[in-house]
Amino acid sequence: MALLRKELLVEVRTLESVPGMALFAVTTFVVFHFALNRSSVGGDLAAGILWVTLLFASMLGINRLFVADADQGGFDAFLLAPVDRTAMLAAKALALLIYLVALELVAVPAFALLLLEPSIGNALPGLLAVLVLADLGIVAIGTMVAALTVRTRARDLLGPLLALPLLVPVVIGAARASSPLLALGSHGGLSARWLLTLGLYDLLFGLIAYALFDFLVED
Amino acid sequence: MLAFCTLAAMAVALALVFFYAPLDAEQGFLQKIFYVHVPLAIVSLCGFVAGGLLAIAYLRSGDARWDARSYVAIHTSLIFGVATLITGSIWAKGSWGHWWVWDEPTLVSFLIVFLLYATYQPLRFAIEDPERQSRYASVFAVTAGAFVPMNFIAVRLASSYVHPRVLGSTSNLPPSMALTFLVALLAVALLYATLCAYELQAKRARSQLRALRRAMELGPSMHEGAGDALGARREAGAGAAGSLASAGLTSTATISGRAG
Repeated sequence: MALLRKELLVEVRTLESVPGMALFAVTTFVVFHFALNRSSVGGDLAAGILWVTLLFASMLGINRLFVADADQGGFDAFLLAPVDRTAMLAAKALALLIYLVALELVAVPAFALLLLEPSIGNALPGLLAVLVLADLGIVAIGTMVAALTVRTRARDLLGPLLALPLLVPVVIGAARASSPLLALGSHGGLSARWLLTLGLYDLLFGLIAYALFDFLVED
Repeated sequence: MLAFCTLAAMAVALALVFFYAPLDAEQGFLQKIFYVHVPLAIVSLCGFVAGGLLAIAYLRSGDARWDARSYVAIHTSLIFGVATLITGSIWAKGSWGHWWVWDEPTLVSFLIVFLLYATYQPLRFAIEDPERQSRYASVFAVTAGAFVPMNFIAVRLASSYVHPRVLGSTSNLPPSMALTFLVALLAVALLYATLCAYELQAKRARSQLRALRRAMELGPSMHEGAGDALGARREAGAGAAGSLASAGLTSTATISGRAG
């Protein structure tokens, strides 16, 4: 947990990830307004815009997740310390989760204000459930992909390239689950099937990340 | 031996396809591309998963030969994947009128898997240290191998209706078509195995050549063969630029320096 504190401390002091992600999300909503030529959206379109934006904003966070460690010898320092290597995975994953939550605290209200046509109040509890599950998926895959690509040559390019196909099921689940919640007119309910899919996917890739992370940190 | 079997199987398969299997009632002659397209898809997907399993073997044992096998399996599957997509598009255009449809979950799943594995080689060749390259590539192969079935399930869930398919199970096919399909599947699987075997053999030969060359350059006391499979394999990959090849030469010299 000391590691997590270090992560958050660095982030608060340097402010390198979260403000960029949040700003990117809000700007993307504006771009969508012009690209789609719509003042308000609902249903499938709303779910799609929200999730694509959140996805690409998380790419920014994922790209930067291990960069400081790679550039400044953080990996070596960590290997010398008598700590279980999974602690690094846990710390980075939790840090990314916190960044994503911070991102959504800004992005979702911005989305509701700027683009969403139905009022978001009713949808909020359901949407929160979907956000949590989708975030866990992004974190599981994002942490692993970040660790994979940080010490390669084209890291900024490879990170999203690797992460996006792996995150397609998360996008499918999240968009399909939030679409009835954001529908114009009558509200759909929360679909257990998509939540289950998201949950299972998170579990599977969480386990895989846990099993394989050691191989990425050793040197 | 394997090559002869492959040749024989392919010849038999083609003969069956053109002379034995009956014409499909709906699609006519175009349907015969199914005997090429579906085996390619099946073998390609199995190859991807096999690449993941071989990568697990590498991570557990540290023996570089497993990593070479994993790389070759994924590399060949990727080529078969391209062939699948092309033959599938031809079939789609002929029978549905479109080169690509989003409705069919199988197509979409396969495309996503293909895009994922297309990043395998860029990832691999962006890492310079050979041992780290093998390790990271294996982690990727395992993750992607687990992803393949999950992806098919997820995309299938996402489509709201299931299109009727010719190939649900061989029990749907009349026996003559089923036989032709199975022979075609066997032929494509043998082709895959042959290509993999050839590629692995080529890599082994190249690494032995480099070991000999190094031993000649650096003197008879040099420890041969240590770590060579790694450097050679890296350099032997398709699409590697010339600069990578020279980098490979210098880094194998470093590895042998460490091992010797």
